[in-house]
Amino acid sequence: MKFFQLVSLLIFTPIIFASDTIKVKEIAADVYVHFGKHELPNNHNHGEIANIGFIIGDKCVTVIDSGANPTQGKALKNTIQTITSKPICYVINTHAHPDHIYGNRAFKDAKVKFVGHHKLSRAILTRSPYYFTKSKEQFGNQLTSADVVLPSIEVKNTLQLDLGNRILELTAHPSAHTDHDLSIYDSKTDTLWLSDLLFREHLPVLDGSINGWISELERLEQNSYTYVIPGHGALVTDWKHSLQPQKKYLLLLRKEIRLLIQQGKFLEDAIKTVAYSEQKRWKLFNEFHKKNISTAFAELEWEE
Amino acid sequence: MLFKTYLTSAIMALALIGNAHATNDENIWQQELHQQYFAGKNIEESNEIIKLEAPYRAEDPALVPIQIKSQIPQTANKYIKKITLFVDNNPYPFVGEFELTPASGKADLAMRIRVNTYSYVRAIAEMNDGKLYMSKTFVKASGGCSAPIGADLDTAMQRLGKMKFKLQPDTKMSEPHLTQLLISHPNITGMQMDQVTRFIKKSHFIDTIKVTFNDKAILTAKTDIAISADPNFRFYFIPNTTGTLKAEFTDTACESPTSRKVCTTGKSYMQTYTIKP
Ligand SMILES: [Zn+2]
Repeated sequence: MKFFQLVSLLIFTPIIFASDTIKVKEIAADVYVHFGKHELPNNHNHGEIANIGFIIGDKCVTVIDSGANPTQGKALKNTIQTITSKPICYVINTHAHPDHIYGNRAFKDAKVKFVGHHKLSRAILTRSPYYFTKSKEQFGNQLTSADVVLPSIEVKNTLQLDLGNRILELTAHPSAHTDHDLSIYDSKTDTLWLSDLLFREHLPVLDGSINGWISELERLEQNSYTYVIPGHGALVTDWKHSLQPQKKYLLLLRKEIRLLIQQGKFLEDAIKTVAYSEQKRWKLFNEFHKKNISTAFAELEWEE
Repeated sequence: MLFKTYLTSAIMALALIGNAHATNDENIWQQELHQQYFAGKNIEESNEIIKLEAPYRAEDPALVPIQIKSQIPQTANKYIKKITLFVDNNPYPFVGEFELTPASGKADLAMRIRVNTYSYVRAIAEMNDGKLYMSKTFVKASGGCSAPIGADLDTAMQRLGKMKFKLQPDTKMSEPHLTQLLISHPNITGMQMDQVTRFIKKSHFIDTIKVTFNDKAILTAKTDIAISADPNFRFYFIPNTTGTLKAEFTDTACESPTSRKVCTTGKSYMQTYTIKP
């Protein structure tokens, strides 16, 4: 094979090395998390920025978010196989953002059931054409329709999944980070896998409802958990304390936008002025803050 | 893992080349849009009649605020009759056309649009004498996690048809007055993967909008899927008397997101607002 043919083959065929694994941490008994870096999706990280992982029961394993592309999904699968010989029975997708779902393909198997919020399928189908273009242009991933794996189990309110002597409680949330967020609670270790309902260090990204997100946080704040796993950022061991920065940011965003709307100001004004006092507290503030203002403004201008 | 590093940089290089030639050109405009919408007509590129403003980097591709600032007053003798907007590289580039009158007072417009990728956004003004002027600006839609759809489809769906006028409080009679019209509508693009049939794949969007003051036209628009969900328009009119500001819109559903050949007419909606001195 000529060199350039080899190169083009390599470029268009993602090479997955059987031995590739990713770094995971056992944060509680049989609960493993790969902690992503706080970066924008780009050509270096190929969008691999989210916290993803798995939980092992007596019978089988469930994956929680599969990664940003099939290569990362495969690496996660390889990692699971180096840790346990138990089969994978579920892949749970917490929501449709590309850093959480496009590793799904690596887990496709007759024995694996995909699980998500009842609005997840719609979100995946409507967002995928756009993500595929972006992904190719900006993150160096070649995704195709084969990477679209929809949930066969849909959660409307709550659902219990038994991994063998380990029951996970899944909750479909009202519109918050997105309009299809799903969280997973493991009573055995008192761990709540919140995924992108909680951001730490990385600026929270609003793609659902600011009012909904604040009220979900206020509701969850009443509970206590030994561990909470955010979608981006470090493990939480002091829940009531660790959720405060995100809550404070969202409350400030809402307060300042409501004030501008009352004053008859427009989205363009809000983008320039709202909640910049939070700038130094967050990573990727400049990348996502204006987007958050836009989404929140478009929601709040409909309040009576 | 040397081999993988090499592979990564090869992919990167390719992606960079892809980016560089992706969209920063005039091809779609010159070869398709100009002919399709302004066949045989000369368009002068100039910011002297209207000036289009949009953020260079669009943080949210679903909500890109754009403004058209007119550089001349609307008088009975000389006025901007129509402004047509395009996003070259959107799946359906036509954003809308907005007919204005001397009663508009000032031909400024502002709205929020969807920009799918790196693209020129262009506004073409047609004068009452038929001359055409174009202002354009380049927008980079950023690659974050948001998609050009709308954050909360069901909420917009439940509220569909609701409208609100918002007027700046200091109404001075007989001067052009900045007016905001909010319409709740999900403005569904219809762009989606074709894996299952249980979802509506049709586009469903606002196709006509008409704003009048005491039955005199202020703004008459044809719009399409590039208008953001829950559309928000700003424009001017002259409140020279007491009377009624009225907005009406209709929506449509088309079989294909990128063709307007097979569409079904939807419903019409209306909202009024009383102007008092
Ligand atoms: Zn997310």
